[in-house]
Amino acid sequence: MKRVHAVIVGAGAAGGIVAKQLSSAGLTVVLLERGPWYTAADCRKDDLRNQRTTVLGNAFGPEDEGNPRVWIDARGAAHIVLPSEGSYQNNAACVGGGTLSYGAMAWRFLPQDFRMRSTYGAPEGSSLEDWPIGYDDLEPFYDQAEYEIGVSGDDSPTPFHSPRRRSLPMPPLPPNREFAILEPAAKRLGLHPFPIPMLRNSVPYNGRGPCMRCRWCVGFACEVDAKNGSQNTVIPAALATGNCELRTRSMVKEILTDNRGRARGVSYFDANGRLQEQLSDIVVVSACAIESARLLLNSKSRLFPNGLGNRYDQVGRNLQGHHYTGALGFFDFDTYDDIGPGASIAVTDYNHGTPGLCGGGLLANEFIRLPIHTLDRLPPGTPRWGPGHKQAMRAWHRRTIIVMGPTQQIPTAEGRVTLDPWVKDRWGLPVARLQGNSHPHTFEIGEVQAARAAAWLKEAGAMQTALMAGRPEIVSSGQHQAGTCRMGDDPRASVVNRYCRLHDVDNVFVIDGSVHVNNGGFNPVLTIMAIAYFASDALLRSWKGTSFRS
Amino acid sequence: MTRRQFMAAGAMASAAWAAGCSSHRGPWESLTERQAQTLAAICDQIVPADDYPSASQAGVVTYIDRQLARHYRRHRKAYALGLEQADSIGATRCGVRLAQASPPQQLQVVMAIEQQNAAFFDLVRKHTLEGYYGSPRHGGNRDAVSWRMLGVSQPPLLGRAQYDLSKGPRS
Ligand SMILES: Cc1cc2nc3c(=O)[nH]c(=O)nc-3n(C[C@H](O)[C@H](O)[C@H](O)COP(=O)(O)OP(=O)(O)OC[C@H]3O[C@@H](n4cnc5c(N)ncnc54)[C@H](O)[C@@H]3O)c2cc1C
Ligand code: SF4
Repeated sequence: MKRVHAVIVGAGAAGGIVAKQLSSAGLTVVLLERGPWYTAADCRKDDLRNQRTTVLGNAFGPEDEGNPRVWIDARGAAHIVLPSEGSYQNNAACVGGGTLSYGAMAWRFLPQDFRMRSTYGAPEGSSLEDWPIGYDDLEPFYDQAEYEIGVSGDDSPTPFHSPRRRSLPMPPLPPNREFAILEPAAKRLGLHPFPIPMLRNSVPYNGRGPCMRCRWCVGFACEVDAKNGSQNTVIPAALATGNCELRTRSMVKEILTDNRGRARGVSYFDANGRLQEQLSDIVVVSACAIESARLLLNSKSRLFPNGLGNRYDQVGRNLQGHHYTGALGFFDFDTYDDIGPGASIAVTDYNHGTPGLCGGGLLANEFIRLPIHTLDRLPPGTPRWGPGHKQAMRAWHRRTIIVMGPTQQIPTAEGRVTLDPWVKDRWGLPVARLQGNSHPHTFEIGEVQAARAAAWLKEAGAMQTALMAGRPEIVSSGQHQAGTCRMGDDPRASVVNRYCRLHDVDNVFVIDGSVHVNNGGFNPVLTIMAIAYFASDALLRSWKGTSFRS
Repeated sequence: MTRRQFMAAGAMASAAWAAGCSSHRGPWESLTERQAQTLAAICDQIVPADDYPSASQAGVVTYIDRQLARHYRRHRKAYALGLEQADSIGATRCGVRLAQASPPQQLQVVMAIEQQNAAFFDLVRKHTLEGYYGSPRHGGNRDAVSWRMLGVSQPPLLGRAQYDLSKGPRS
């Protein structure tokens, strides 16, 4: 196979952007994705089988067959888990990665999120740190993501937003009924509600039409292609340069190194299961936090016996996602209007500045609930089955609002990805083994947030509220997984430098949520996208022709 | 279907024909007729009929039967044992199989199953509610009855463009 300048592993949020940036600059690129390319025509609107409700499996991969992981529970017992189970911590496996089926909330982190340790100090037992870069370094690239991928919204009603050079390229979607109920209540509480920024067309943009507001958004692909992911923006743009080749159903096995300790390409199983080698000057790993760590750990050689970039046992540590908490409110009038995507209004007043708490989180109303989601979200005391349950479904399905949000996750070094010594996937590769717990302070933040959500719902007229704030004994990661290849200046305490290059190997980059030092009190994808633009920019600035030199 | 699959399917169909369809076991893919009747009795306590159909009337047994041959293969044994136990509880309490007991007796038996074999009951409860409230394409929630019961339109409105510049909020 022809040698290329860059091989990128994973055609998701970050991988798609890196592919476009490098190929537009004239580099030859091969983009390898283990999943297939679904299009809007593969309508997969199935309440029981999508990327969020997986009772019959994931619609956008990976499939349950042949893709296990191992989860170590709080008592140390190992469980083999499947992609459709929660403890697997899945995101997706297809062109677009999570961005094909995501909810598309498009949050910028706040400046404090990059300086958590110096703002709050690190809670005992945590690995809370400052980022080596600051908000200002990323601001231009947040802007680029908002304009190139496409974000609608308007954060001008709140003072609690990050500074921005210009407003978003599209106005927000018109308010739905929940917005109309929650907005005045938040204002009465002295909060600053505003429409959630969304990677979703509210007006025609980028050659595609606007959202037509269906019932099945989060967890589903968009049938009118109004949801903006890498699969309908940067990846087609990368292919259009003529410099980028996308190979789907291609599972990367390992990063190959030469005897001087530099990467020379990757080996991968192609769509027919044959092992291939693709040689390149540089390798970019964008496989999402758990699989990126796994790939580095699986890339063992004489010079790197513990895996690539893992000289100081840092790869896979600080695994984190978001602990979600909030409240469910029951109303004596219809709150349901069948207008998607449903999630519409947020406050960011609580992200920082509560005495005694290391951060906080945004609160927003939840996406449209499908009937399947109401089954166990009925007023406390409702019978679990029988006529009482059926009547309660009728009484409440259209009369609830959920307000919730991601809490600032306090990372620990023990929350981590390693390789399981026994279990292998369908290709015979050791699978990811997940272990560790959320730091207890995360739960303390979450409980305060849940009470705030309940207060907002009560102010909006809820007759009754139920708190949604558990203390699950499991490391949170899943769709918001991050942190496993931390960015830092100290090679002994991080995996990549501030430009996402491995400390250990100068032509290997990790560019995705893995590099997050912490995950903010916000959904992560816009930050992942901004980092992808930021790191591509740095990479191109130091690119000196056919072969990569530092 | 590829050509090869088509030929293979044809070969199987004619083999079945030659054997006089002797292996055909009724409408079910995984369950026996007797198991299906017992399951229907349990499902119909979980979602009983009122102004709207019961679980089995809406196709939930079909849903579970199909998934026991697909995504829920791993639960086949639990179903075989649990349904047998349900029948024996029925026999001890009412002298007949669960499916033949009167509705009040069935309720008593299902409550006893919930007590005595909570793991099995929770499984059936979960699968019944999924089937009844999930997508019709899997055989349960026939004609989207549960969605209509909840007042969510079916078929849903597709293709509407809601955006109206004159009515939008601050923009
Ligand atoms: C249902 C859902 C809703 C979500 N909602 C939101 C939201 O509202 N807001 C938000 O900010 N975030 C949301 N997310 C999360 C968001 O999608 C992720 O943060 C984002 O996709 C992560 O980007 P990534 O580039 O790290 O990885 P991904 O987008 O997951 O891409 C990684 C890709 O790498 C591929 N890959 C992995 N290993 C290999 C290998 N060895 N060889 C080849 N290919 C490989 C995978 O198949 C995958 O396609 C949601 C996710 C889901 C699933
Ligand atoms: S709500 Fe809008 S963006 Fe989401 S899937 Fe439906 S039409 Fe697409």
